[in-house]
Amino acid sequence: MGQRLRKLVSSLVVFGVVAAAAGWFLTKPEPWPASHWEGLGEADIANGALVFSAGGCVSCHAVPGAEGDAKLVLAGGLPLKSPFGTFHVPNISPDETAGIGGWTLAEFGDAMTRGVGKQGEHLYPSFPYGSYARLTAKDVNDLFGYIKTLPKSANVAPSHDLPFPFNIRLSLGGWKLLFFTDKPRVTVDTSDPKIARGQYLVEGPGHCGECHTPRNALGGFESGMWLAGAPNPEGEGRIPNITPGSKSIGAWSAGEIASYLETGFTPEFDSVGGSMVEVQKNMAKLPAADREAIAAYLKAIPAL
Amino acid sequence: MKLKTALFAIAFTGLAMGAVTAADEPQMVRQEMMKKVGGAMGALAGIAKGEKPYDAAVVTASLTTMSETAKAFPDQFPAGSETGMDTEASPKIWENMEDFKAKALKLGADADAVLAAMPADQAAVGAALGTIGPNCGGCHEVYRLKK
Ligand code: HEC
Ligand code: HEC
Ligand code: HEC
Repeated sequence: MGQRLRKLVSSLVVFGVVAAAAGWFLTKPEPWPASHWEGLGEADIANGALVFSAGGCVSCHAVPGAEGDAKLVLAGGLPLKSPFGTFHVPNISPDETAGIGGWTLAEFGDAMTRGVGKQGEHLYPSFPYGSYARLTAKDVNDLFGYIKTLPKSANVAPSHDLPFPFNIRLSLGGWKLLFFTDKPRVTVDTSDPKIARGQYLVEGPGHCGECHTPRNALGGFESGMWLAGAPNPEGEGRIPNITPGSKSIGAWSAGEIASYLETGFTPEFDSVGGSMVEVQKNMAKLPAADREAIAAYLKAIPAL
Repeated sequence: MKLKTALFAIAFTGLAMGAVTAADEPQMVRQEMMKKVGGAMGALAGIAKGEKPYDAAVVTASLTTMSETAKAFPDQFPAGSETGMDTEASPKIWENMEDFKAKALKLGADADAVLAAMPADQAAVGAALGTIGPNCGGCHEVYRLKK
C-alpha cells in the first residue's frame, strides 16, 4: 500500500470512529435519571387499571384471538406487520423469567417513556413509546402495580423478523433523534382543564396518533398532519381523519364523539369497525369525564 | 318487422337496465340493507335512552327489520362485487364466506330471540341492545373497511 493511500485509509478509519462515537453519543439510549422513579409510593391499582385501558396494552400484548379474561394474560406473540418487517410482540406478564416480573419500576418506566429496554438497548417504535413518553411518573407507577396483579405466562415470543438494517437496534438512535419527543403535538388551550386532560389522554396513553396520523418514509409523523387520517398499515382501507375538518366526525357534536367512544355507535347508528373496535372497548372502561375530555380535545385541535 | 321489434326490445331493455343498474347492484343493495339495520338500531336506542317513548309497534318493526335484513344480507356478496360503488366490504368476506354468513345469521337469530321475549319497557329494550349491539362491531371489526 502506498504511503498516501495508507494515510488516507487511516484518516478515514479515524474519521469513521469519531463519527460513530459522535453518532453513538448523540443517539445513545437515554433513560431518566434514577430520581425520576423514586418516592412514588404504593401504586394505586384502580388508577393503574384505567391507565392500562387507556393505553390499550391488550390490543398488542394479549395472545392473538384471546377473549374475555384470557385477554389479561399478556403472553405476547402477536405478529405486527410493518413496512420495515414483522415484529413479534413480547411477553409482558409478571412472569419472572419470560415476562417483566423481574423488572424494577425504573426499568419498566424507561421502557414505557424513553424506549429503553432492560439491557439499556433501544426499543422499536412499533411499541408506541413515542406516545407513552407523555405518561406521568405516577401513572407509570400505578400501571406497573396493576400489571403485577395479572396472571403470569411462561410463553417466549419469537424474535422479530426484520431485514438489515432494521434489525440493528443501534440504528434506532437515529430514528429517535429525528422523531422522538415528549412535547405537545399541537397547541391547544390548556388553561381549560378538560382540554388539557383530553390532550394527555389522546397524545399520551391513548396513542391515537399512532394510527390516525400519516407517516413519512422513515416512519415518523408527517408534520402539520396531526390526526388527519392515514393509510391502514394492515393493507387496504383508510384510518379516518378525526380532526374538526373530517368529512364524517367534523359534523359530530362533542357529545356524539363521547357517545361513539362509549357505545361504538355513530350518530347515524353505523357501528365502529376494524382496529378501532378494540380501542373503543377500552375507551368504554374509562370514566365518562375522560371520554368527554377526549371529545373536547378533538374539537379543539386544528381542522385538517 | 320482426327484426325491428327485436332491436326495439334490445334498445328498450338496455335502457331500462341502464336506469336501474346502480340501485340493483349488490354493492348498493347491501349498503341500503345496512342503512336499514342502522335505522332500526337507532329507533331502539332512542327508546333505550329515553329520548323516545316506549312503543311496542316500533320495537316489533325494528326487530323484524333487523332479523329479515340480516338473513338476506350475505346473499349480496356474489363474486365480482368485491369492489366498486364505494363499497366498504373487506376482501376477507370472500376468503371466509362461511364465517361471514354465520355472523350475519347470528344477528338474525339474536333479533328473533329478543322478539320472541318481546321487551316490554325502556329498560328491557336497553338490555336487548346489549345482546344485539356486539354483533355489529363484531362483524365490522373483521369484514368492513372504512375507505
Ligand atoms: C401497537 C402495539 C403495542 C401496544 C399498544 C403496546 N405495546 Fe408494548 N411492545 C410492543 C412491541 C412490538 C414491543 C417490542 C419492542 C422491541 O422489541 O423493541 C413492546 C415492548 C414492550 C415492553 C418491553 C418488553 C421487553 O421485553 O423488552 C414493555 C414493558 C411493554 N411493551 C409494555 C407495554 C404496556 C404497559 C402497554 C400499554 C400501556 C403496551 N406495551 C402497549 C407493542 C405494543
Ligand atoms: C389501532 C389503531 C387505532 C388507534 C390506536 C385509534 N384508532 Fe380511532 N379508528 C381506527 C380505525 C381503523 C377507525 C375506523 C373505524 C371503522 O372502520 O369503523 C377509527 C375510527 C375512529 C373514529 C370515528 C371516525 C369516523 O369517521 O367514523 C374516532 C372518533 C376515533 N377513531 C377516535 C380515536 C381516538 C380518540 C383514539 C385514541 C384514544 C383512537 N381513535 C385510536 C384506528 C385506531
Ligand atoms: C355479518 C356482518 C355484519 C353485521 C352483523 C353487521 N354489519 Fe353493518 N356492515 C357490514 C358490511 C360488510 C358493511 C359494508 C357494506 C358495503 O359497503 O358494501 C356494513 C356497513 C354498515 C353501515 C354503512 C352503510 C352505508 O353504506 O352507509 C351501517 C350503518 C351498518 N353497517 C350498521 C350496522 C349495525 C347497526 C349493525 C348491528 C345491528 C350491523 N351493521 C351489523 C357487515 C355487517
